[in-house]
Amino acid sequence: MIRVVLRRLLIGVFVMWGAASLIFVIVRVAPGDPATVMLGPDADPEQIARLHETLGLDRPMFAQYLSFLGDAVRLDFGDSHRLGRPAMEAVFDRLPATIELTLAATAIAVVVGLTLGLVAGGRPGGVVDRVVSAATIALQSFPTFWVGIMLILVFALGLRLLPSAGVGTPQHMVLPAITLALPFTAIVARLTRSSVAESMREPYVQTARSKGLTEPQVLLGHALRNSLIPVVTVVGLQMGALMGGAVIVENVFAWPGLGSLVVDAVANRDYAVVQAVTLLIAGIVMVLNLVADLLYTQLDPRIRMEGAS
Amino acid sequence: MSDVRTARTGGAPVAQHEALLQVDGLTVDLPGTRGDVRVVDGVSFDVPAGTTVGLIGESGSGKTMTANAIIGLLPDGARTGGRLLWRGEDLLHADGARRRKARGHEISMIFQDPLAALNPTQRIGRQVGEILRRDGVGRAEVRRRVVELLDRAGVPDPAERANRYPHEFSGGLRQRAMIALALAGSPSLLLADEPTTALDVTVQARILTLLQTIQQDEGLSVLLVSHDLRVVANVASEVVVMYAGRVAERGPAPVVLRRPAHPYTKALVRSVPAVRTKTALADPLPGAPATPANRPAGCPFHPRCPIARDRCRTEVPAVREVAPGRAAACHFAEEVLAP
Repeated sequence: MIRVVLRRLLIGVFVMWGAASLIFVIVRVAPGDPATVMLGPDADPEQIARLHETLGLDRPMFAQYLSFLGDAVRLDFGDSHRLGRPAMEAVFDRLPATIELTLAATAIAVVVGLTLGLVAGGRPGGVVDRVVSAATIALQSFPTFWVGIMLILVFALGLRLLPSAGVGTPQHMVLPAITLALPFTAIVARLTRSSVAESMREPYVQTARSKGLTEPQVLLGHALRNSLIPVVTVVGLQMGALMGGAVIVENVFAWPGLGSLVVDAVANRDYAVVQAVTLLIAGIVMVLNLVADLLYTQLDPRIRMEGAS
Repeated sequence: MSDVRTARTGGAPVAQHEALLQVDGLTVDLPGTRGDVRVVDGVSFDVPAGTTVGLIGESGSGKTMTANAIIGLLPDGARTGGRLLWRGEDLLHADGARRRKARGHEISMIFQDPLAALNPTQRIGRQVGEILRRDGVGRAEVRRRVVELLDRAGVPDPAERANRYPHEFSGGLRQRAMIALALAGSPSLLLADEPTTALDVTVQARILTLLQTIQQDEGLSVLLVSHDLRVVANVASEVVVMYAGRVAERGPAPVVLRRPAHPYTKALVRSVPAVRTKTALADPLPGAPATPANRPAGCPFHPRCPIARDRCRTEVPAVREVAPGRAAACHFAEEVLAP
């Protein structure tokens, strides 16, 4: 087990290096120049050149790359020229809000998605199954920003039940968390459904039935754990995607997380912040995947054995 | 085979009260793409208490569906008819709770592929003991009984093996664990659906011996479903031969297999390579088996039957008594029986 973790962490170092290099290139290939953005369209070339020098943008690309990597290892991404303080500091300020939102959305998605998937998959072709299948396809098809706006219209403006934006009370989190959770819930429900339906066709489920168990006992006692194996992997992967989805949701609901920070940073060519956020998310996704894989081995004793030998 | 036993079981028709289970005109219809298909068509036979009955047939003959119908585990959408008299009580028309109560406690089942039939994510002991746990037996007692059951089923070092997972067992051990699992609820009837088909030949014999020992020690009844005539011939005292969803022939195993009354049984016996006789070459059964979905008119076996006549192509033969204690569905059974 420890060896597996160590190996994965070693691979992780290379993944992070790849992610860092990729973001370094993308940020620089993308049109727009931080100096021009900061100084405005009327700035004269001399001013721009001076700012380039200050920001180190006049140095050869490869030199910039090396010092970027060196700093990144120390989690130093330089100062945000827009915020006037270290990028990492700004990122860590915003990180808790995003994690809070992501965890809330994940909790909703896992609880609701698993329940729906379990009930639907337990009786494929049944009423619940057909309703859930149709609903999940719809949920996955709606764009997040649209769902967010609709929820604001109905629950905040129409029914006046919940605040439309901002932070402060637990109620503030309800709409953004639901918005973020809906497509994720659909994914978890669909996957659980097909996984459970498949498990229910396995001979060991017949064995369980031959013991005189009721269908719920068969479902929870035998089909569920085997069905969870693919679900856990996908939840781990999707949580990373969720942090990406949070960018949009946070902007719709004015949620002060990484999402609104990064959108602002991209618009203003704030390289330091973009790089810090991207690498941080890459790191989080990596850790989540590792956790999912370890959980996976806990669920399936057959894999546990192979890992140990 | 002892002649005494042959004479006794073959001599008297099985009295009704002796039967633990009476399968009476059982039909099973499964939904197909072109309408329902009657995969079990009016099957009747008895399983007397404390005996092993062999249910033989090729794949598609309806033998597995018959067993599934008996334990009440048919696929969704299956419709059934006839009666399943369990100690005189019709289980087929009993409610779900009654049928569920019978499963495991009165009728249990072991399956063809023990690896697939055991839950890969649960320890063997947990699976074997589940029925006891659900019955409210205490932890320590469940544990003790699980070790005892595994030991009975011939699992070596049962206390240690109870903590292992199915994938850590060999094929033979898995089937032994499966047998322990099936015995946990102290059933009176054990349905064994091709219990040795997925196993190595050397292991097959040992599992069959185990089944036989357990059957005799516990006074169990066993319904042994198999396509393998040799398996059935070795352990069954009664045999039911199925073809295309119907009973072709039934009676005491030794006499039926030595002197079949149905051309299909005869062909089956001939198709088995005889190990001890000088003629090592077997006669393979010509043609493809009829399936319930495209059952020929008249006698379903007539396209493959060496003695088929015009009558066989039009008239469905009824299962009728052809000798004391024996029944066959052939218009010309007497001719087949004649030496």
